[in-house]
Amino acid sequence: MTYVRPTFRHPDLPKNKINFTKKDYEGALSTLCAGCGHDSISGAIAQACFELSVEPHRIAKLSGIGCSSKTPAYFLGNSHGFNSVHGRMPSVATGAYLANRDLVYFGVSGDGDSASIGMGQFVHAIRRNLNMVYVVMNNGCYGLTKGQDSATADNGSKSKAGSTNLFNAIDLVGLGLELGATFVARSFSGDKTQLIPLIKAAISHPGFALIDVISPCVTFNNNVGSTKSYDYVREHIEATSTVDFVPVMEEITASYDDAKEVTLHDGSALHLQKLHQGWNPEDKLSAMNAIQTSKEKGEILTGLIYIEPNTNALHDVLQTTKTPLNTLKEDLLCPGIDALEALNQSLR
Amino acid sequence: MEPTNVHDPEYYHKVVDCQYACPAHTPVPEYIRLIAAEKYTEAYMVNWESNVFPGVLGRTCDRPCEPACRRGRVDEEPVAICRLKRVAADNKGDITHLLPKIPTKGNGKRIALIGAGPASLTVARDLAPLGYEIHVFDEQIKGGGMMRSQIPSFRLPESVLDEEVNNILNLGIHQHFKTYVSSLKSVINDGYDAVFIGTGAPRGRDLTNLPGRAEGGANIHVGIEWLASVAFEHTKSIGKKVIVLGGGNTAMDCCRTSRRLGGEDVKVVVRSPYSEMKASPWEKEDAQHEDIPILDNHVPVSFVSENGKLKGMTFEKVHAVYDEKGKRSLVPTGEPHVFIEADDVLVAIGQENYFPWIERDLGIEFDKWDMPKVDSTTFQSTNPKVFFGGDAALGPKNVITAVAQGHSAAVSIDLYCQGKPLDVRPDPMTNLVSQKMGIHEWSYDSIVANDDRYVVPQAEKKVTLIDRKKEVELGFDKNVGFKEAQRCLNCDVQTVFTENRCIECDACMDICPTDCITFTVNGTEEDLRTRLKAPSLHLDQSLLVSNTLAATGRVMVKDEDVCLHCGLCAERCPTSAWDMQKFFYNTTKAHHGCGSHA
Repeated sequence: MTYVRPTFRHPDLPKNKINFTKKDYEGALSTLCAGCGHDSISGAIAQACFELSVEPHRIAKLSGIGCSSKTPAYFLGNSHGFNSVHGRMPSVATGAYLANRDLVYFGVSGDGDSASIGMGQFVHAIRRNLNMVYVVMNNGCYGLTKGQDSATADNGSKSKAGSTNLFNAIDLVGLGLELGATFVARSFSGDKTQLIPLIKAAISHPGFALIDVISPCVTFNNNVGSTKSYDYVREHIEATSTVDFVPVMEEITASYDDAKEVTLHDGSALHLQKLHQGWNPEDKLSAMNAIQTSKEKGEILTGLIYIEPNTNALHDVLQTTKTPLNTLKEDLLCPGIDALEALNQSLR
Repeated sequence: MEPTNVHDPEYYHKVVDCQYACPAHTPVPEYIRLIAAEKYTEAYMVNWESNVFPGVLGRTCDRPCEPACRRGRVDEEPVAICRLKRVAADNKGDITHLLPKIPTKGNGKRIALIGAGPASLTVARDLAPLGYEIHVFDEQIKGGGMMRSQIPSFRLPESVLDEEVNNILNLGIHQHFKTYVSSLKSVINDGYDAVFIGTGAPRGRDLTNLPGRAEGGANIHVGIEWLASVAFEHTKSIGKKVIVLGGGNTAMDCCRTSRRLGGEDVKVVVRSPYSEMKASPWEKEDAQHEDIPILDNHVPVSFVSENGKLKGMTFEKVHAVYDEKGKRSLVPTGEPHVFIEADDVLVAIGQENYFPWIERDLGIEFDKWDMPKVDSTTFQSTNPKVFFGGDAALGPKNVITAVAQGHSAAVSIDLYCQGKPLDVRPDPMTNLVSQKMGIHEWSYDSIVANDDRYVVPQAEKKVTLIDRKKEVELGFDKNVGFKEAQRCLNCDVQTVFTENRCIECDACMDICPTDCITFTVNGTEEDLRTRLKAPSLHLDQSLLVSNTLAATGRVMVKDEDVCLHCGLCAERCPTSAWDMQKFFYNTTKAHHGCGSHA
C-alpha cells in the first residue's frame, strides 16, 4: 500500500488575505476512483474558498449518500461537516441555516441524491431560498452501485454494458429555474477556469445557489455512447459566457464590447464576456430560452445561467433577528414574566 | 514551448539532481535504495563502478551532490548522501569476485600513468580490464596520492585507503613506486602508446616575502608538505601553540592534526570573513568542536622571532567591502595590529601545479600561467599522446572531480589507441523501466519519510585527540543508515507522461502535494512559468512540457523543481498516462560502449 500523501508542500505556496495556504483547505486523501470528476470539483471548491479567504471554521459541508456525498471528507478538512441520510441533506441544511445564519453552507449532492431519492427535499430547499451553495456532482449514473442509469441520464445515452437509456432526463438546471432558484449555473468538472469563479460567485450570492456540475464517472459512465463522458461533454459543451469573479474593492481593468457585469449583493461582481446570443443572466425568460435552444441543438450549455442578485433568503423572508439563533442566550430567549405579560396584553 | 525531448538522456538525468551534480554522475538513488534493502555489497559496487573509491569518498568527499539534493528544497536539510556511501562501504561483503577480470592476453598497448593518485588509479581501473598494460609511477612508497599524503588518518583510516587502492593495483598494474619521474621525455621515449599525467597540485603556496619568514623558518611549515610528512611518519610532534594560516579544508586538516601532535593552543587565522572561507561547513564545525578558534578578517603582517626562535605573528584586522560588481576587497579597520603567539606556523593558503619535469619541446603547449593546455572534454594535451587528469589538468579541485576526469581521459586514451576520433564520445548507458506492480503498488518505496537528517555520531574527543589514527566519525549504524536512506526521494524514478492517453480529468493536478503539474495553454517558457499552479522560482529546474492535448488544445506542464516522486499523479491517473519509471544513467566509461569493447 503506497497510497499516502506526503506532508511536504511547495515551499513557496502563496498565502491568502487571512494568511492561509491552500494546505489549510485540504481534506483527507480521496478514496474515489482515480480520475473521478468529483475529485476535481472538490479541488475547485477548496481553491475557491482559499481565493475568497473564507475562514475554514466558517464553512459547513452538508451531504447525503453517494460518491458525491463522500467528497466533503476530501476537502476543507478544517470545516464543519454533516454526512446525513440519503436525499435528506436539504433538511439538515435547513436546520443548520436556521440555527446559524452566519456560516457559509455547502450542500454537496449527486444526481441520485438530488434527482431521485431526495427530489422531494431538493425542491423545497430551492422554494425556501436557503442561503447556501448547492453543488450537484452529476455523472448520470449510480456509480456507487456499479453504474445503473440515474434520473439525469439522457434518453438514448448508452451504458458501459451497452444498454440504452429509455427515459427522459431530469434537467436540474431547468427545474431550478422553474422553482425560482435565484442563482443557477451549470459547469463541467474538467473546466476549472469556469467552475472556480462560479463557486466564488455562488458563495457571495445571498440566496440559494444551484451549480449542476457534470462530473464524468470514469469507471462506469465514460464509455463511447454515454452523454456524460469526458469526450462527449468536451465535444458538445457551449458556454453562456466566460466568467470572471471580481472581489469587492477590486477594479475591473479590461473591458470588451461583448461583455456584461453583474454586481453581486456583497459588492463583488461577475464579469461576463463572449455572451451567448440573446442571453441576459438577469432575465429568466432569456435564460430558459437559452437552455431550451441549446437542448434542441444537442449542446450542453454551461456557465452562469440565471442570477437574481438582490434576493431575500429564508431568514429575510421570516424576518428573523440578524443574530444567529444559536447564539441567543437564555436572557433573550426567556425575557421573563413582564415581557410575557406585555405580549399577552398586546394580543388582547 | 516545444514538447520536451525526453529521449535525450540528459533530460531525465538532470532531474536526478544529486547524480547530475556529481562530477562522476554516481547513480545515488540507486545505491541508497540498495542500502535500504540491506544490499550493501551491491550498493558498494554501484559506487565502485562510478566513483572507484566509495570508502574514501564516503568519508572525505566534497559532496557537491548534497547542496543539489531535491530534499534540501522541501525540507530543512538534504539527504546525508556522502555518509550513506560509507554505510555501504562499511557493511559490504567480499567483493573480489565482483571485480573485473583481467584478460590473459593483452591488447598490446602500453600506457604510462604518472602519479598514483585518484585520477591515475581511475584510468588504470578503466583500462586494465580492456587488456592495456598499465605502468604507474609515483615517488611515494604506496599509491593513493593526496588521499594518502594530505587527508589525515582520523578522517580516513589507512586500512580503508589501502583496500581501495589495492583493489585497483591488483588488476595487474605494473607498479613503479619510490620512482620520481624527472623527465617526461624519457617516459615518452620508452615507447608507451599513451601517457597520462595525474601528478596533482603538489606544491603548497608559501608566504616567502612576508617579513620574518626566513628567520622563523625552522618553525614555519607549508601545510600540505607538513601533512604528508605526518602521514609518512617523518613528523611526530608540534609546538604547544600553533597558528594555521588559511581557510580551506587543508587548513582544517592542519589544525586538527596539530591538536593530535601536541598542539594545545591551536588557532586558525584567515583573511576572509568566516562565511566566505573555502572549507566545507562540516569541516569548520569539526575543527571548532576540537576547541580550535577560527579568527577571520586577519591579514598576516609579519612573522616575529626572538633570538632566531619563532615567537608568533602579527596581523592587521580588516573587513570585507564589496563594489557594485560584488568584487571583494579587504579594507583595514584601522585598529592596532594584533600579535598572536606561536611556536609553529602552518601555511595552508593554497596549492598549485608544478611541472619542472615536463620538457617544453615535447609539443605540449603551456598557457600564460604555465599550465598545460588541456581539452576539458577529452583531457588530451596538444601532444596527442599525452593526457592529463585530476588537479594536474585544470587546477586543484577534489577527489571526485579527479575520478570523473580519469574516466573521461580513459575513454580518450582507449579511443586514441584504437585510432578513433576523440570528439565522437560514446553515449552513456541509459534505461527506463516502469515501476508499477499493481494498484497502489510500486516496486520502489514511494512513501516520503518525514524524518529530519540524522547526525553522524563521533568518537569522544578525549579518545580521538590523543591518537592521530583514531577515526573521529563513527558512521551510521545499519539502523540509522536505513532511516537516513528512507529520506531519499527516489528522484531517479521519473514521472513519465504519455499525452495520447490523457483524458484531462485533472486528477494528477489536484493530487500533487507540491503543485508541480499544470494544464494550461502553451506559451514561451518565461510566460508559462508565471502561469503555473505554484510559483516557479528555480529557473535552472526544467519544465516537462507535453505535446498539445487532443481534447482541449492545452499542454501539460510539470515543474520538476520540488516533485517528491511520490507517484500520486500516476496513482490517481485513470488511464496510466502518468507512469513512474526508473531511469538508470551510467555515464560513458572506457570499459563499456567504447567501440570494439562494447
